[in-house]
Amino acid sequence: MATIAAPTKLRFRDAQVEMAHGAGGKASRRLVEGLFAPLLFGADSAEPLGDAAHLDFDGTRIAITTDSFVVRPLRFPGGSIGELAVNGTVNDLAVSGARAEALVVSYVLEAGLPTPVLEAEVRAMGEAARNAGVLIVSGDTKVVEYGKADGMYITTAGIGRAIPGLRMSPRSVRPGDQVILSGPIGDHGITILLARGDLDLESDLRSDTRPVLPFVEALVEVASPGLRWMRDPTRGGLATSLNELARDCGLGIVLREDWIPLRDAVRGACELLGLDPLHIANEGQFVAVLAPEFAELALDALQRTPGGEDAAIIGEVRDAPAATVLGIAPYGGTRVIDMLVGDPLPRIC
Amino acid sequence: MKFVDEFRDPAAISQTAEEIRRIADPGRHYRLMEVCGGHTHAIYRFGLKDLLPENVELVHGPGCPVCVLPMGRIDDGLAIAQQPNVIFTAFGDMMRVPGANGSPLEHKARGMDVRIVYSPADALKLAENNPGKHVMFFAIGFETTAPSTALTLLRARDKGVRNFSIFCNHVTIIPAIRAILDSPDMRIDAFLGPGHVSTVIGCRPYTWIAENEHKPIAVSGFEPLDLLQSIVMALRQLNAGRAEVENQYQRVVPWNGNQAALRAMAQVFELRPYFEWRGLGFISQSALRIKDEFSEWDAEYRFQVPGVRVTDPKAAQCGEVLKGVLKPSQCKLFGNECTPEHPIGALMVSSEGSCAAYFNYEYRKSAELVGIGA
Amino acid sequence: MCLAIPGQILELIPGPPLLGVVDVTGVRRKVDLGLLEDENPVPGDWVLIHVGFAMSKISEQGAHEQMQMLRMLGEDEAAMQEVTGYGQGEPPSP
Repeated sequence: MATIAAPTKLRFRDAQVEMAHGAGGKASRRLVEGLFAPLLFGADSAEPLGDAAHLDFDGTRIAITTDSFVVRPLRFPGGSIGELAVNGTVNDLAVSGARAEALVVSYVLEAGLPTPVLEAEVRAMGEAARNAGVLIVSGDTKVVEYGKADGMYITTAGIGRAIPGLRMSPRSVRPGDQVILSGPIGDHGITILLARGDLDLESDLRSDTRPVLPFVEALVEVASPGLRWMRDPTRGGLATSLNELARDCGLGIVLREDWIPLRDAVRGACELLGLDPLHIANEGQFVAVLAPEFAELALDALQRTPGGEDAAIIGEVRDAPAATVLGIAPYGGTRVIDMLVGDPLPRIC
Repeated sequence: MKFVDEFRDPAAISQTAEEIRRIADPGRHYRLMEVCGGHTHAIYRFGLKDLLPENVELVHGPGCPVCVLPMGRIDDGLAIAQQPNVIFTAFGDMMRVPGANGSPLEHKARGMDVRIVYSPADALKLAENNPGKHVMFFAIGFETTAPSTALTLLRARDKGVRNFSIFCNHVTIIPAIRAILDSPDMRIDAFLGPGHVSTVIGCRPYTWIAENEHKPIAVSGFEPLDLLQSIVMALRQLNAGRAEVENQYQRVVPWNGNQAALRAMAQVFELRPYFEWRGLGFISQSALRIKDEFSEWDAEYRFQVPGVRVTDPKAAQCGEVLKGVLKPSQCKLFGNECTPEHPIGALMVSSEGSCAAYFNYEYRKSAELVGIGA
Repeated sequence: MCLAIPGQILELIPGPPLLGVVDVTGVRRKVDLGLLEDENPVPGDWVLIHVGFAMSKISEQGAHEQMQMLRMLGEDEAAMQEVTGYGQGEPPSP
């Protein structure tokens, strides 16, 4: 394989790293495209960057990905950092069109972390791995001083086999294609926000963390020839994932806002805090773009898969507005749905 | 959601939009100013301009309390927080507003203790939970928010919490409206009045707009139906040559205002002789300060505030956009040097700022839009 | 001016200061009811919440009247059309 010389001048001009660079929105994209990609991936990387990379080894397509988890608090309704660490990587592989086979894990632990806390997370990881049908085969541990690492940071890398016959790419997306969402958005991010305790809000919401491979399998079974693109909308939310697609394919994505499944409590928290549910992280959902002749079949297959009952067609691809995501209200009013800027901060005024 | 969904009912919205098209005189161009930044945000967020005929124009007013604060006040607040053991607290809106040396969030990234709070009550609680620190609350807002700040100060006093102070930047709406009407380059036919400010001050304070200036004003709610209905009210008045104060938001706004809120404000605050507003210059009797008897909780009394005046970058046209003289897209920096990711002025970063609303919700729409799933 | 949202009082927490647990479609928070001290708020009341304080009671009657007014818009127009005949603008001559 040829290597390309790294450029001397970078497009990334920010003077320092900010929280926004990790939030999954525009700033994150600037960092990846302007600093990491040119220095690590080769200046003229042909494929738009996805979550997972597919590599060909003598005819076998292998997918590989990595993700790190720095969530605070470590435990929250519906899950914990250990579960996220397994499901997140399994899901990245799944939406890239691959079945995860094995994970490796790296722990950065804070000195002073009580052993029962560590044990609980490792048990959670083991449980999540069994549930997802994936093996954890190797690992590494580092310990840092008290005051760093928020208790623990976990990084997982996953490897898996590409699902045969699937050829997904933003460039295969066409006007008329349908956008399908697996279930309600915003559960995870709002659960975490509330669990931090700073806002004094309480609800029965739970993180939606779960492996999405069963849903991907269901889609592949009935709609594989028409499956154009998938993404799991984690940090940055559904809006960010769809904006990435819109930019990569140059087309418009038009959503009916009232077709997007949303739990009442997520809606209530977002209205109260002035947040847009479309920018909130999810850990158990995915969004897919399908050729129109497969859309109903795909929806039906998802709804019949346990946990997929709330799946819905939420919009479609159009010629215009180019490279933009647009929301339409039932009364006809429209608004641009942009990628997240910065961190979703509660708005008051 | 009760009291929200009914006012987003598609059929009612279509009917009201139809009524607007029916009564808008094609020989006339109507300029309606929505004073409040929350209305500007709602107009763009709900795509209401799509429903209006060409000759009904909405002009964005200066009712964004973050936007009208001169940069120097941000720096003053940050200077206070540079003191050892001070925690800087503010609403989320403040966090990305540029100061001369960076926004509060940028200061946080460099080690300052900066925390977002949803309520001034949460800032007070933070002070109670951190006796070794001093919590400073950067208070902003019009009369909607001032009573909450006032009550919080009274609670601090009643609980004997001494490690808490308020940096008061509350401003009042009437002087802002007066400044708009006094401005020679403005031509406004009618106003959509600030619905939530009015829950506190009521509708009486607007009578001079109707009686002396002969401009109709409809005090409006924030849902699509509220705004459209207020536009209907304003157009009907204009067509009939009337100029009155109407309360569209009557399910929430009492004509006489909220006496308990006004009492709390009168107890804690007094008017500053003058205060500098971005875009409108120095306006007398337009901002609140904490009365001397409560100086223990007044950050400007407890700390040395530099009070440096920082002018906006010369190329930025924030002031003109704030007054409604320019539309956001007409500012030379809009979309290039100034975007929500790297804002030059607060209008591009406050969620009530007209530049931010236009950039986030409107800017990239092309002329051709097709409806789906009718 | 600023973000304010309707919520329902679930229970009162006697003070001073008087607080209420308020529900906004499944999210709950303690809200300061000090600005409503003249209005005797009780569980079941709907209030407008802004930065953790209740600003105003929401009048069901007021909301109902508003929807009535809006419905009349449609009726007005229907009545007009009956009189003028499919929007010709002039009432038919007798």
